[in-house]
Amino acid sequence: MCGSISILTTLGIIYVLFSEGINFFSQISIIEFFTDTAWRPFGDPENDAFRIGVAPLVVGTLLVTVIALSVAVPLGLATAIYLSEYASKRIKRKVKPVLEILAGIPTVVLGYFALTLVTPFIRNIFPGDTIDIFNALSAGLVVGIMIIPTVASISEDSLSAVPQSLRNASYSLGLPKSSTVLRVVFPAALSGIISSILLAMGRAIGETMIVAIAAGNLPSMTLNPGSQVQTMTGYIVQAVGGEASRGSLTYNSIFAVGIILFLMTFILNIIANYFTKRFREVYE
Amino acid sequence: MTETYREINLSSNHRTTEDTMPQVQETVFSLQSVGIKYGDFSAVSNVNMEIYKNQVTAFIGPSGCGKSTLLRTFNRMNDLVLNSKVVGEVAYQGKNIYDQDVDPVEVRRRIGMVFQQPNPFPKSIYDNIAFGPRNHGVKEGIDDIVENSLRNAALWDEVKNKLKSPALSLSGGQQQRLCIARSIAVEPDVILMDEPASALDPIATLKIEHLMRELAAKYTIVVVTHNMQQALRVSDKTAFFNLEVDEEKDTRTGVLVEYGPTTKLFTDPKNEKTSDYIKGKFG
Repeated sequence: MCGSISILTTLGIIYVLFSEGINFFSQISIIEFFTDTAWRPFGDPENDAFRIGVAPLVVGTLLVTVIALSVAVPLGLATAIYLSEYASKRIKRKVKPVLEILAGIPTVVLGYFALTLVTPFIRNIFPGDTIDIFNALSAGLVVGIMIIPTVASISEDSLSAVPQSLRNASYSLGLPKSSTVLRVVFPAALSGIISSILLAMGRAIGETMIVAIAAGNLPSMTLNPGSQVQTMTGYIVQAVGGEASRGSLTYNSIFAVGIILFLMTFILNIIANYFTKRFREVYE
Repeated sequence: MTETYREINLSSNHRTTEDTMPQVQETVFSLQSVGIKYGDFSAVSNVNMEIYKNQVTAFIGPSGCGKSTLLRTFNRMNDLVLNSKVVGEVAYQGKNIYDQDVDPVEVRRRIGMVFQQPNPFPKSIYDNIAFGPRNHGVKEGIDDIVENSLRNAALWDEVKNKLKSPALSLSGGQQQRLCIARSIAVEPDVILMDEPASALDPIATLKIEHLMRELAAKYTIVVVTHNMQQALRVSDKTAFFNLEVDEEKDTRTGVLVEYGPTTKLFTDPKNEKTSDYIKGKFG
């Protein structure tokens, strides 16, 4: 019953996305959409300034995601390895709820945390105008903090699921604990760890409030973390926020961007699922 | 199958002649008043015994008598269990391995262990064997180490054409011999075996037993078994452990009841408990 509701919802989302998306692609060629390098979807479509290449939004999204992952993967994995292999049961009982609280902070709060604390801090470190007030770095760092629990929790589960007998085998060959963790436990849990990173990546790509607040809303084709960018989700927020009238090309473009977003996260989830399954096959 | 039996018999005969010859036995382990505690619970108390070089020593006794626990003190695997504490002295080649200045990691490199359930790494056959040497810094001659270890574990002929296949695709008995080969690859002095054949079928069990006899030429082997016939077939010395229950204090602990040459212990046990156990009256 509950399962069928979620399946129906998913099908409904896919239907709306694609039916509205078809409207969009009947007016704009797919090739132009993917190859044009400027995104200025507001105003009169007949005007020369009107450009509808999605690349800057994708680049902005990926830039924020890469920054987020470079925070979340090392910290998340370190947390997972510590909790699974080194922490006593008592510490584990205390730290795990803290992680869950971190996962439960509303992202709008994290967004303002990025804008009012992280951004000034970064701008202090890099003097001058190298860092815009709205920038990908600040948003990416905080998105990274947001997805640490995803990486840590799922990785910790898969590290803990590695049978003790494998650790014993390594110890009995005369390997110290550090090598046992790195060369035996970590590789044995690798598929679970990869799937945790892919799921976290999906969350980073789909994250909306933090980037809408802290990354700005200027679509730019740049890999400079200090500059203002717009992500796909950030654009959708901006467009839904009243700047597009229903039925217009701008309005339809929301769904075209939505399709890309949906496909990216969907594919990531499928790959993550594949890795999780592979892990199960090895040890059950 | 018949051939395997004959091989076992041959090696048994060979052993008998060896036993009757007077020989100086070199001590590898010497245990003085060894006890193991988990918190307040005393799993094993006051064990005094010696383990001799190039012999197979079997530990037998009913479940819960602490024989596996004692085995794990020989390479400090007990360290990995929370709240465990070893008292007394476990001297390996004259040095107490529980001294402050002894590195348990080095102890485990020289004293290998094979476990009850085969536990190959989820890697290829080749990588399982190469794992130990590689991590100990061996760079060259890994191929030879792999081949020799597999030959010594009587597995080479079965796997030589599929070294890159996953170890987990082997049968249970082959996996256990792979684990033995993996131990051999780091060139230990002693191999501890904790009920190595209890998860295997009779034919695979015989192969492991035969292998133990062959390995005794090079290594010192201590094997825990719940199978008395196995102890009789493979071991030179047998130690019988039992559970000592103190009704008044409501405590129970494992103790060493009798220890001596296997043939003697099974044909002419000194202790009544040993006699009852080997006749199958309890356990």
